[in-house]
Amino acid sequence: MSIEARIISKKFGSFAALDAVSLRVEGGELVALLGPSGSGKTTLLRIIAGLEFPDSGSVLFDDQEITGRSAQDRRVGFVFQHYALFRHMSVYDNVAFGLTVKPRRERLHPAKIKARVMDLLKLVQLDWLASHYPSQLSGGQRQRVALARALAVEPRVLLLDEPFGALDAKVRQELRRWLRRLHDEIHVTSIFVTHDQEEALEVADRVVVMNAGRIEQEGSPDAVYHRPASAFVYNFLGNINLFHARIENGKAYLGEPADGRLAPSNGDRLAYVRPHLMNIERHPQHPNPLAVRVKHINSAGPLVKVELATERGDNIHVEMSHERYEELGLVTQDNVYVSPRDMKLF
Amino acid sequence: MATTLLTPAALPAPVAAKPAVRQDPVLVRAGLIAAGLAFLGLFLVLPLIAVFANALSAGFAAYWAAIRQPEALSAVRLTLIAALVAVPLNVAFGLAASWCIARFDFAGKGLLLTLIDVPFTVSPVISGMLFVLLFGAQGVFGDWLMNHNVKIVFAVPGIVLATIFVTFPFVARELIPTMQALGSDEEQAALTLGASGWRTFFRITLPNIKWSLLYGVILCNARAMGEFGAVSVVSGHIRGLTNTMPLYVEILYNDYQFAPAFAIASLLAMLALVTLVAKSIVEWKSDLAAASAGEAGDH
Repeated sequence: MSIEARIISKKFGSFAALDAVSLRVEGGELVALLGPSGSGKTTLLRIIAGLEFPDSGSVLFDDQEITGRSAQDRRVGFVFQHYALFRHMSVYDNVAFGLTVKPRRERLHPAKIKARVMDLLKLVQLDWLASHYPSQLSGGQRQRVALARALAVEPRVLLLDEPFGALDAKVRQELRRWLRRLHDEIHVTSIFVTHDQEEALEVADRVVVMNAGRIEQEGSPDAVYHRPASAFVYNFLGNINLFHARIENGKAYLGEPADGRLAPSNGDRLAYVRPHLMNIERHPQHPNPLAVRVKHINSAGPLVKVELATERGDNIHVEMSHERYEELGLVTQDNVYVSPRDMKLF
Repeated sequence: MATTLLTPAALPAPVAAKPAVRQDPVLVRAGLIAAGLAFLGLFLVLPLIAVFANALSAGFAAYWAAIRQPEALSAVRLTLIAALVAVPLNVAFGLAASWCIARFDFAGKGLLLTLIDVPFTVSPVISGMLFVLLFGAQGVFGDWLMNHNVKIVFAVPGIVLATIFVTFPFVARELIPTMQALGSDEEQAALTLGASGWRTFFRITLPNIKWSLLYGVILCNARAMGEFGAVSVVSGHIRGLTNTMPLYVEILYNDYQFAPAFAIASLLAMLALVTLVAKSIVEWKSDLAAASAGEAGDH
């Protein structure tokens, strides 16, 4: 089922959480709303769920207006960041809740409810914990119960609010792959909110980057990563080094590192360079190399991360392969030169 | 000790590393504990013993007779009526107020919180006076009430009203912090799963707040049955009609009927003891529930 938000605005006091946001999600899609805190992504999700109501604009499910309908009749599955499991109920009762509160004439036969709950618990691989209470489960297990509970009512759409936000890194990674596989299996239209760009890029079919109550860019993970529409998107999707740049005869010349707070002046532009797109050389090979000193080296990880400082004291971050690192034989306090292999100008 | 200080290197590390726990001298500790116990004995245990000793001073038969007096029974009945009306009403009010305060932001929230506390901050005698001023013969509604033959002050309704007023904050005050700490995530989850507001309340909210609610009810009930000041002002002390237990105790005492006075007082003291036990059980249960959320649940 498709979801559409049309020109949604929402204010909390004088703070504009959403500023005329429009979004369409096609049936069966898995879309990530990505943005920093305060960007309005959770508010948009809650408005779609009916847990919050917009000041203006409308929400449509399958092109039918449902703006005024309460969460109770929207048939959405909502997964909360902090699980929101019913603490006084067993895992089984949690999952069965949505089925047992249905009006009598719609309610399934108790035996069918039982079968359905056990099926869902098998789906999230937790059938062996049915009689446990939420407090006895780990974070990852709780979130899977929450997901099973949301799926029990056969929701028309699945909405997940920072579903892995409260979990530790390892569990988080496992669970997001699992969510991707689950979505491929059940194909329910899903939106999930996250501030973790890696998570959004890895899991979603389409990423919607939000900032300050507006949508900055939407597109496939590949598109937003490689063809960012704005400096904000480029910045948000990875680490960057910021430089002043001069354009002469269609060519960009890199200047001193820039302070993001100052706007470029007299024809200057700002150049954004990802750490892994910077070269370190022992001897200047580029027409205008930047002389720097090695401040700190972190070689624990797939890439070696080097922190360098210019004479003025600006920091530059560079990432390189272990092979290149060994070839250079870098140690701290070395004097070297850096130059960009590629940059983005905004 | 002297040798250990002289040859620290020869010592095994754990002994050398053993931290010297800083403690107050034994005398100070013992003194403080003794002072605490003496205070407790003097102001709590001794009076309690005195109540029961005096109550039984004329023998058990006299004690029993004092309680079986029609006036005594009527006082007990009135006290129960006041509590039976006041407690449920304040439970309803407390639930509504705490729901409102914990779940919503609105203008005047601070004012509402302050108003809930008014019965705590105003002397009960003043509370009683308020009702006399409102509903008494010379009061604001006095003429109207007189014309319609409704008696509030110096009658049972006045006593019930005064009791409701002084016990007003107990349930709400107990529930507000609990509901604020719980948050509304679980209720919202229930809502998205298709549960109606009432169903959400009975199946999600109530089980989560039941221990706080019970605790509030116990305190509210204890105060409702023990209230003296406000009730004293509105009662008029009509024997057999508008005397609650605390008021009846005072009347007996003023009549130099010490043994019967203490007999009734002993009933109130027993109520206090029962309340304490119930309160401890509820505290213990709610601690259990908090420690392993869920297992003390209602299933």
